[in-house]
Amino acid sequence: MTTMVTAAQAPETDEAPTRRGKNPRTKKSIVLTLLTGIVLIYSLLPLVWLLINSTKTQDGLFTSFGLWFDDGPFAFFSNIADTLTYNDGIFLRWLGNTLLYVVIGAGGATFLAVLAGYGLAKFDFVGKKAVFAIVIGAVAVPGTALAVPTFLMFAKLGLTNTPWAVIIPSLITPFGLYLMWTFAAEAVPTEILEAARVDGSGEFRTFFRIVLPLLAPGIVTVLLFSMVATWNNYFLPLIMLRDPDWYPLTLGLNAWNAQAATAGGEAIFNLVITGSLLTIIPLLAAFLLLQRYWQSGLAAGSVKE
Amino acid sequence: MAELAVRRRRSWTGWRFVGPFMVVFALVFLAPIAYSIYLSLFKTRLIGGTSFVGLDNYQQALTDPSFWSSLGRVSLFLVVQVPIMLFIALLVALAIDSGRLHGSSFFRVTIFLPYAVPAVVAALMWGFMYGSQFGLLASINDQFGWSLPDLLSPSWILASIGNINTWEFTGYNMLIFYSALRTIPGSLYESAEIDGAGEFRKITAIKLPAIRGALVVATIFSIIGSFQLFNEPSILQQLAPNAITTDFTPNLYAYNLSFSGQQYNYSATVAIVMGIITMVIAYVVQLRGTKER
Amino acid sequence: MSALTRRRLLGAALASAVTIGLAACGSDDDSSTGGGTAAAQSVSDADVEAALQAGGNLTVWAWEPTLTKVVAEFQKKYPKVKVNLANVGTSADQYTALQNAFQAGSGIPDVAQIEYYALPQFALQKNLKDLNAFGAASLKDQYNTGPWNSVNSGGGIYGLPMDSGPMALFYNKEVFDKYKVEVPKTWTEFLEAARTIHKADPKVYIANDTGDAGFVTSMIWQAGGKPYTVDGENVGINFADAGTQEFVKVWQTLISEKLLAPITSWSDQWFQGLANGSIASLATGAWMPANFVTSAASGSGKWRAAELPQYTAGGTASAENGGSSLAITEKAAASTLAYGFLKYANQGDGVKIRVDNGAFPATSATLNDPNWLNTEFDYFGGQKANEVFAKSAQGVVSGWTYLPVQVYSNSVFNDTVGKAYVSNTTLTDGLKAWQDQTLNYAKDQGFTVK
Repeated sequence: MTTMVTAAQAPETDEAPTRRGKNPRTKKSIVLTLLTGIVLIYSLLPLVWLLINSTKTQDGLFTSFGLWFDDGPFAFFSNIADTLTYNDGIFLRWLGNTLLYVVIGAGGATFLAVLAGYGLAKFDFVGKKAVFAIVIGAVAVPGTALAVPTFLMFAKLGLTNTPWAVIIPSLITPFGLYLMWTFAAEAVPTEILEAARVDGSGEFRTFFRIVLPLLAPGIVTVLLFSMVATWNNYFLPLIMLRDPDWYPLTLGLNAWNAQAATAGGEAIFNLVITGSLLTIIPLLAAFLLLQRYWQSGLAAGSVKE
Repeated sequence: MAELAVRRRRSWTGWRFVGPFMVVFALVFLAPIAYSIYLSLFKTRLIGGTSFVGLDNYQQALTDPSFWSSLGRVSLFLVVQVPIMLFIALLVALAIDSGRLHGSSFFRVTIFLPYAVPAVVAALMWGFMYGSQFGLLASINDQFGWSLPDLLSPSWILASIGNINTWEFTGYNMLIFYSALRTIPGSLYESAEIDGAGEFRKITAIKLPAIRGALVVATIFSIIGSFQLFNEPSILQQLAPNAITTDFTPNLYAYNLSFSGQQYNYSATVAIVMGIITMVIAYVVQLRGTKER
Repeated sequence: MSALTRRRLLGAALASAVTIGLAACGSDDDSSTGGGTAAAQSVSDADVEAALQAGGNLTVWAWEPTLTKVVAEFQKKYPKVKVNLANVGTSADQYTALQNAFQAGSGIPDVAQIEYYALPQFALQKNLKDLNAFGAASLKDQYNTGPWNSVNSGGGIYGLPMDSGPMALFYNKEVFDKYKVEVPKTWTEFLEAARTIHKADPKVYIANDTGDAGFVTSMIWQAGGKPYTVDGENVGINFADAGTQEFVKVWQTLISEKLLAPITSWSDQWFQGLANGSIASLATGAWMPANFVTSAASGSGKWRAAELPQYTAGGTASAENGGSSLAITEKAAASTLAYGFLKYANQGDGVKIRVDNGAFPATSATLNDPNWLNTEFDYFGGQKANEVFAKSAQGVVSGWTYLPVQVYSNSVFNDTVGKAYVSNTTLTDGLKAWQDQTLNYAKDQGFTVK
């Protein structure tokens, strides 16, 4: 398994780790922009649908063409208001839950992945080779099929139907571990660590003082991925949670979507759509914020050397 | 094979960093897997209770046509969808990295965006797009007098799911490639330019070799993702119940075995067998991916 | 506006009920149920009333929307009882949750909503209390025969009927008038109507269908078919029986001639089709009107309810489609209290609350109530639709039974019979495959298959 790591650690390890800044002289290409634009449209089209349809009433949804606005009332703001107040404002409760799961789950996942990735990249220890083999091997077993065993175990631990049942499994991101591993191998020069050791700095002190800042761009990437994964986590809460008060947004939206499909159920597709839109927005904002940090992180890396 | 980590005296120091991860990992991955293996050796019936059956469940899985046809289906999916998705992701990453795009950060955000859409919502949106009666497909057919095939019919459904997956994960993979590209030292390009290398030459000689590790890993995780295909078919099933059978993918099959049929033991067996197959294939890909340098 | 205020008030009432309920928390609410599954009554009505007054906590898993109001009123009447009503998913989703909880042996609710078709399966696994222990047998006359038979399984009573779904044909009168089609009285006329409508406008279909296990079994039920035989641990399936063949004859023609819209029920396209007239009729349970009103509002005034078309001209045969009960779990901590809630919700004051909010009753008193019968439905152009439904309830063919593995069986319906809707497979072959796969499963689960 270590062969892969070697490959990923790539040829430039011996190079001076200077990074290329943006070259201002590069000519912009319209053709390339247009070609990439096709992928952009492909990515955006369904989201445009979401945006357009969030302006329609429940009835308007069924009587108008999906990719254009409805002749009827412009219901965008009333939809938002309804989404936030429906069922005594349960949506906000779900939003709060989701934030809780993301902050603790994704934050913790990133922290664990950074620690472990750094440990794997910069230390030689007993059982190291087995770690990656075990991680990738375990990831290969279909998670949905493990749901029942996991549920039964958590039930025995008394964790089901509590936030912990959602948070604890989110703490593991094998992919994040891998990213941090390769990133730490490249971004943290071994000499710095040796120098710190010579100065008598403890390993954890070195980690927090010197290594963490160097890892910043990688941390942001892992944080972003695990945030999205936790934010959109659906299957696990579905199995673990019974009390709608602990639902994350995805489960709540699905419950709204499903509630039409029963005797006497009220179809609220307009709220499902508006709710979906509202669900995406915080992620988008987080991404934009993190991206800025991410770029400056990269740039900082290049300045430093 | 050079070990790039510091050649310090082998010690347990590293475990202080890896330990916390592995503890939680053991709880949420290893323990359920061990429990599944245990479960797979038993059989519980509605009438008659639980009995030890040894490897009977494995024998059943190996001769189960439902299991093998579902495996065949995801394999087909794998060899078609994954290359297309990774190819597009790579092209976009290269385009953005080249610095020749107008508004490249806008591209980066927007193409990543679908990954942020919850599966429930994605199914709603694509369900509308695929709708042959009142959906976008119907509108296009009406508008242009075409008769595009019903994308939710049995013969098209795999392609339709492939499209959703491509839509969801192209941006994700693009970002991985892109961040790998960003770690290439500028000095390499400078020397290439001095040698008079063009953009294409720079891609084949510098960029692709440099991100080979990221490519291999993205491929491995895509293989695992394809073999574990579940969310998209399970949600589209509500719209196309006849096209997406309960044994459509191995994962869906294992899920339905345990949740609709309470065949927990057999379901665990299918999961274990599937895990072993996935591991073997991922291992082979990893070997091949790293050997040809 | 007023609805909002009312909700607030209910919320306040609920909040105060919580405080009182918590105060009473320590009291012992469960006078022992003795043998539990014993057929003889071991808990008297007085015990139940005492438990209600003493109070305690109840966890109820249900997705039926009108129960929210029932719970609020119930807590007002019995302020010491605190009901925790949770919607853990609709139908199969909830059964998954239930199975998981039973498997884990923890987190099991006291009361669960279970549809009639799934009840035998949970009863057989001994997950539900036999309500004979509470003397539920005496309630027999309070319910319509169809729903009452559905909660009986092998001598035990495993739930109290909550709602029922005697079938009717809902049709879009505007569409039928436009194409000058008479409302079909028989399935043969239905077939003719299907041809006429679809021929007049290829975008309009008389109905949608992509294969639905509940619908097919109901249709066979109406035709007098009895494909399922259950005797304890002996099960049998025979889709070659006469009733099944009657259904197959009609439906195969509809499928072969492509007269059914390929739209899956409950999808957004389906609601769209019901609202815009391209799905011209719908044969389903009498609980449907509430869904029409809330989910296909723009069809209001255009739709009507009619009696279900017959296999034999002049007949009055009908069947149940859907409908559910409330059941008490075997491990319920407060089973006596739970039974008190069941009686309140499904037989006492709760019935009126639910019916007023659009649910369809299973109680015979309501079905014979002139006020209820005379209710005019705006959605159906002022039609007194309940008269149609009540008549259907009378006509439900007796003797129908579901399998104790029906949940699994229905889950593989589209794998097998579904093929008939999308390929050259015939319904007969599809049903045969369904039969085989279900029986294999039953055998594997330890049943004796005939």
